[in-house]
Amino acid sequence: MPVEIDIEHVAKLARLDLTAEEKERLKAQLGLILEHAAKVGEVATADVPPTASAIPRANVLRPDEPTPSIGPDAALSNAPEAEDQRFRVPRIVEVE
Amino acid sequence: MTELCDLTASELTGKLRAGEASSAEVTESCLRRIDAVDAKTAAFLTRTDDVAREQAARADERLGAGEAPATTGIPLALKDVLTTNGIRTTCGSKILETYVPPYDSTAWARLKAAGSVLLGKTNCDEFAMGSSNENSAYGPVHNPWDLDTVPGGSSGGSAAAVAAGEAVWALGTDTGGSVRQPASLCGVVGLKPTYGLISRYGLIAFASSLDTVGTFTRSVRDAALLLSVLAGKDPMDATSLDEAPRDYTQGLDQDVAGLRVGVVREAFGEGVQPGVRASVQAGIDRLTELGASVGEVSLPHTDYALSAYYLIAPSEASSNLARYDGVRYGLRVAGADSVEMMSRTRGAGFGPEVKRRIMLGTYALSAGYYDAYYGQAQKVRTLIIRDYEQAFADFDVLVSPTSPTTAFRIGERADDPLSMYLSDVFTIPANLAGVPAISLPSGLDEAGLPVGLQLTAPILGEPMLLRVAHALEGAIGFDARPALLG
Repeated sequence: MPVEIDIEHVAKLARLDLTAEEKERLKAQLGLILEHAAKVGEVATADVPPTASAIPRANVLRPDEPTPSIGPDAALSNAPEAEDQRFRVPRIVEVE
Repeated sequence: MTELCDLTASELTGKLRAGEASSAEVTESCLRRIDAVDAKTAAFLTRTDDVAREQAARADERLGAGEAPATTGIPLALKDVLTTNGIRTTCGSKILETYVPPYDSTAWARLKAAGSVLLGKTNCDEFAMGSSNENSAYGPVHNPWDLDTVPGGSSGGSAAAVAAGEAVWALGTDTGGSVRQPASLCGVVGLKPTYGLISRYGLIAFASSLDTVGTFTRSVRDAALLLSVLAGKDPMDATSLDEAPRDYTQGLDQDVAGLRVGVVREAFGEGVQPGVRASVQAGIDRLTELGASVGEVSLPHTDYALSAYYLIAPSEASSNLARYDGVRYGLRVAGADSVEMMSRTRGAGFGPEVKRRIMLGTYALSAGYYDAYYGQAQKVRTLIIRDYEQAFADFDVLVSPTSPTTAFRIGERADDPLSMYLSDVFTIPANLAGVPAISLPSGLDEAGLPVGLQLTAPILGEPMLLRVAHALEGAIGFDARPALLG
């Protein structure tokens, strides 16, 4: 059975503006893909540990030494809007 | 007619050193080929002719001074997901249409330092998500063997460019088969090394625990040459492995007599085209003739790998692609507040497949569903790794088809994501387990389209993988040319 998903909720979590037509198509397609994907539950028993990365690495450290970096002009060179060496964004906090 | 651009890098390296050709001549040969065929293949998104000519001139100086590494002066194409300082990098997406990175990917930085000549950036499925190159926001790539068919994906532009002589070799990236499957469909050699052997710094992220830089070449020796430059620890990528530099061409000529080759039983079932089956079987027979000990092996969880992959990769993608928020780079579509601005930007900038995977991943990671989907998929990943451990206890390398089919027609699977995903059913397990694998051409099917044979080795088993691939390549003697080249 295809999986029923709340497409509005997932689109909101993903910060993705979708048209009505996209929502309808995705709801159907994701339902089918998830039905197929749910097969993972058939073999993944409680005694099998999960793997996040095939070659696990932990606590990879380097000396804490300052090195040259690209600098503010290069860092801002692709910004849609910049001002005073900062990224400019729409207002986030309401001011009284 | 064979021109300089049709030779392998190993052949060209000899000519460059003997003074029989210059890097400038090889580069002009590639540029002429691009002029002649790229309107048909659409392999390139951005050409860098001026950069190529300048780098070729410098390569010729280095060659003249007699201090040049083997890769010096060889023209290269880069998949447009690898950053190039000052050169537009789009990931095949509208959201990065004008993005000009302020830094080089480590893979390109290493090749540049070793005298490489950059011809341009190649077309690919948007953010490397796809198996046909039809998901590029800039239009599909056409397979040089039959222009009505797909080149595979996601690194379709790099595969087509190397097959058509538009580049001598190229880099791609492989998250679930995106180097090996297009190599198979385009009749070239595609290597996906062990996860972490090549730095991912500057590889614009899709699924970080699976993403691997890989190579497209016209010979196994060329793959070994490129890997020798690319492999090694990079402080900019914490997941890069602490491997000492080595020359991967050493040991290539050793024979394979007595080596144990396992034929993956699950990769010869339903859904594999008869032409693919026959060609790969003929390749396996060559290995027997070479003295290898061939037996059958089972990877029992193969059926579950695809399901696990289509939960793990989209989950990681939904997190990685959160960075496209209209603030630091890329497209911005105005909105009343920051959330509306982000949502509109992403809605306008991403194509259908990327939206599908972001939604899939967001769902699989969301409260209430995480354990049933992402958590279970991670357990299947453990089972896949165990399958390989058991197989490699008995065998040195494994063999299978690279993809169940040869190149399919453009548009044929475009509306059916599940059938498209099946194209990667034999390549995905190696990404989940991190093991190295290579696709090499084993012959042509009845329609004259190339078939790819995949070899797989244990973690860091590249020397063994390349040795077997090299021996098999010699025994097969694949020398067919794409229809496009006459």
